[in-house]
Amino acid sequence: MATIPISRSKKEYDVVIVGSGAGGGQMAYTLCLAGLKCVMLEAGRSYVPETETPMMQRGDHAPLGGSSTPDKPFGFYDATVNGGWEVPNEPYTQGSDNPEEQFRWWRARMLGGRTNHWGRISLRNGPYDFKPFSRDGLGFDWPIGYEDVEPYYTKVERLIGVYGTNEGLENTPDSPAGVLQPPPKGRVGDLMTQKAGKAMGVPVVPIHRAVLTRPMDGKKLAAQLHPEDADTQKIVAESMVNRAPCFWATDCGRGCSIRANYQSTTVHLPPALATGNLDIIADAHVREVIIGKDGKAKGVLFIDKTTGKEERVLGKAVVLAASSGESVRIMLNSNGGEGIANSSGLVGKYIMDTVGSDLRGQIPALENLPPHNDDGAGGCHFYSPWWLYKDQLAGRLDFARGYHIEIGGTRRMPEGNLPVPAHYLKGLYGTKLKEEARRYYGSFISLSCRGEMIPNEGSYADLDPDVTDKWGIPVMRWHWKWSDHELNMAAHAQKTFTAIIEEMGGTALTNPQKSGRDTILQGGQVIHEVGGAIMGEDRATSVCNQWNQTWDIDNLFLCDGAPFASNADKNPTQTIMALAWRSGEYLVDQARKGNL
Amino acid sequence: MIENRLARRKVLQWFAAFAAVDANGGPVLGRAVVPGVVNGYGTDPSLATFNQRGDYWSLTMTQQQRAVTEALADIILPADDHGPAASAVGVVDFVDEWISAPYPRQEQDREVIIPGIAWIDSEAEKRFGALFSDLVDPLQKQAICDDLCDSAAQSKGQRQAVQFFHRFTTICTGAYYSTPEGWQAVGYVGNMPSGAFAGPPVEVLDLLNLTQTVLE
Ligand SMILES: Cc1cc2nc3c(=O)[nH]c(=O)nc-3n(C[C@H](O)[C@H](O)[C@H](O)COP(=O)(O)OP(=O)(O)OC[C@H]3O[C@@H](n4cnc5c(N)ncnc54)[C@H](O)[C@@H]3O)c2cc1C
Ligand code: SF4
Repeated sequence: MATIPISRSKKEYDVVIVGSGAGGGQMAYTLCLAGLKCVMLEAGRSYVPETETPMMQRGDHAPLGGSSTPDKPFGFYDATVNGGWEVPNEPYTQGSDNPEEQFRWWRARMLGGRTNHWGRISLRNGPYDFKPFSRDGLGFDWPIGYEDVEPYYTKVERLIGVYGTNEGLENTPDSPAGVLQPPPKGRVGDLMTQKAGKAMGVPVVPIHRAVLTRPMDGKKLAAQLHPEDADTQKIVAESMVNRAPCFWATDCGRGCSIRANYQSTTVHLPPALATGNLDIIADAHVREVIIGKDGKAKGVLFIDKTTGKEERVLGKAVVLAASSGESVRIMLNSNGGEGIANSSGLVGKYIMDTVGSDLRGQIPALENLPPHNDDGAGGCHFYSPWWLYKDQLAGRLDFARGYHIEIGGTRRMPEGNLPVPAHYLKGLYGTKLKEEARRYYGSFISLSCRGEMIPNEGSYADLDPDVTDKWGIPVMRWHWKWSDHELNMAAHAQKTFTAIIEEMGGTALTNPQKSGRDTILQGGQVIHEVGGAIMGEDRATSVCNQWNQTWDIDNLFLCDGAPFASNADKNPTQTIMALAWRSGEYLVDQARKGNL
Repeated sequence: MIENRLARRKVLQWFAAFAAVDANGGPVLGRAVVPGVVNGYGTDPSLATFNQRGDYWSLTMTQQQRAVTEALADIILPADDHGPAASAVGVVDFVDEWISAPYPRQEQDREVIIPGIAWIDSEAEKRFGALFSDLVDPLQKQAICDDLCDSAAQSKGQRQAVQFFHRFTTICTGAYYSTPEGWQAVGYVGNMPSGAFAGPPVEVLDLLNLTQTVLE
């Protein structure tokens, strides 16, 4: 996409935005369409989904069949550029040698960040999710409620395009009529799980994902989103009609060249650039926020990775959206390493991920099914929203918060790995092997627990006193702890999944009698890290207010997951975007009032 | 990035074998490779291209190793009613690329596969008086494979041979099913752009006693 070198940047911008993912993309969209002049700094390279996405490439077109390597941990075709669990030249460290206390950090270094390859699951938090402390006395309430964020969820859904249904389930909000796109049909695994769930009282319904199942009605949507301004409508409508609906093939994790799913690079940045109000500087690794004598943010200092030189850009306000961990790092590294916006001492505290625990089952009824196309929308079609709120409230469960179940596909495209788990083919060769591969292929259903983690004192990040990155900038050091709530949740999920699989007449692939500790994924592994600069009612107990604005520096905004005061089971990205939009409107309002 | 390089001793052993065969014909793609020094495809390879085996690192198997790979892969995945033989869909190149790759998992496999290939030749010689790749009677090749399927193997040598066969089979099977011919053999249908997603056909729903719950 169109980027500029630092030499062509303006002397001063209205707003400097750090990071180009979900938060930064939404901010650029909201601010630039409202007429603010913005510069976006992205540590990764520029990226062009239209030409760089491997859409129809097969496993046999890729080295090693496309299977995972240290260079591309999620496989060759995964959209991630210069990223993964490790990023070249940018290490991070752990506070403990004990793997249970370690955090795994997935990063990407490319325009659009992790939105190029995310799972596109786009769920709204419900009313309970903003007031968890009031419900059960654990964690923190947000300074806002569902009703404050609802209009922005609706805007985001209209802008990015989200499929799904309104089911009227507890704490699982419906969208206003006509906002969601129609969901794709259930796959065999979805319908099997739905039927088993019905017998067990577990609801299984279409999930919400940011994938277009129909062309966008650009004119209508743009008018709904920007009723006040015809020029803006034109830009937005044009971007929307240039997005094609899903063509029902290829894994969304590769990205989408036809712009059918949400990526910052295909949805947020094109209209923001079309306003002429956005300059993007790629390969710009921000080191710190520049603070003036008046205590305000003046811009940022960054390393131009193409030259290795330190550069700066100035703005009347600064938005950090470098992903929660990176934004925290920039804050801690600012002010000569003393840190900024940290009078509460809470910068880096209360890091949360999602509770993950997976189970796969083999279902004899699915063996040797007639072949049929199961590709669908390149990701999840159905899920189970958390269904045991009443039992939890009545104290019948030994964990306080909920999880949802994501249902894994059955007849996915085989790439360079075995089409069925190795165990099913062991000791076979010849035609018998081919028969058994065909028999078992498509007979597995995987169920994934994605649950709420309650913030705790043991899960935080600080700067490593000894280790720096290639450019001499101190790196993050992670500390991790799961509480019994999360461990008990994981154990509950395993029991539930085993029961669902058995209800389908199947067998779980791994021993279900594991403890929560044995089955829970490592901190960070679900890649939903949020927190580290939580929002709250006052400056003593939080880093920013309800507008994602730091208490200490009123022209510094945090627009990624860092301000999350809790991490509901709902995947975080749609909430990041909704809050960024809300914060962006506030910022525009402040600019119009001359308060910047 | 790449740790766990081949131990130096292994490299030397491997080189010795390499040099020996090089004298009678050389490695198939010629370019000499120094294991432990070659790089992988890096963290930003071009994705929207159609790669050929050997694009990123040289294929390092000797002609004899490839001949054994072909003979064995075609016993494991023969031409039959399900589809063509492994060697007809590029499995030999795939295995060569795999064991030549500079990544830890593949390096580990190389240490199992290369000696395994040599072993199976010598086993064939011992039992049938010819290299495995020269055996003509499929029953003879199968006789060796049958022994390698036996997970109750006792001695260390036997266990290594069984492990070799399992890894070799796994790599070949992954390779085979990544091709359109393999898709047909396993029953995968897809990777085709289409205007609509119909969901499972009625025939499948009926078999499973399921009803489609997402309606137009
Ligand atoms: C495989 C995968 C699947 C996922 N699935 C889902 C899902 O289904 N649903 C969901 O809600 N979430 C999902 N997520 C999480 C989702 O990707 C993130 O929540 C989302 O991308 C966060 O947006 P962000 O803007 O905070 O950060 P990012 O998208 O990570 O963008 C941050 C950007 O800032 C840049 N940056 C970092 N440091 C600096 C610096 N110092 N200077 C300049 N730039 C910097 C980065 O290079 C990056 O481009 C998934 C993530 C992964 C990896
Ligand atoms: S499944 Fe659909 S949305 Fe996903 S990458 Fe393919 S065409 Fe795009």
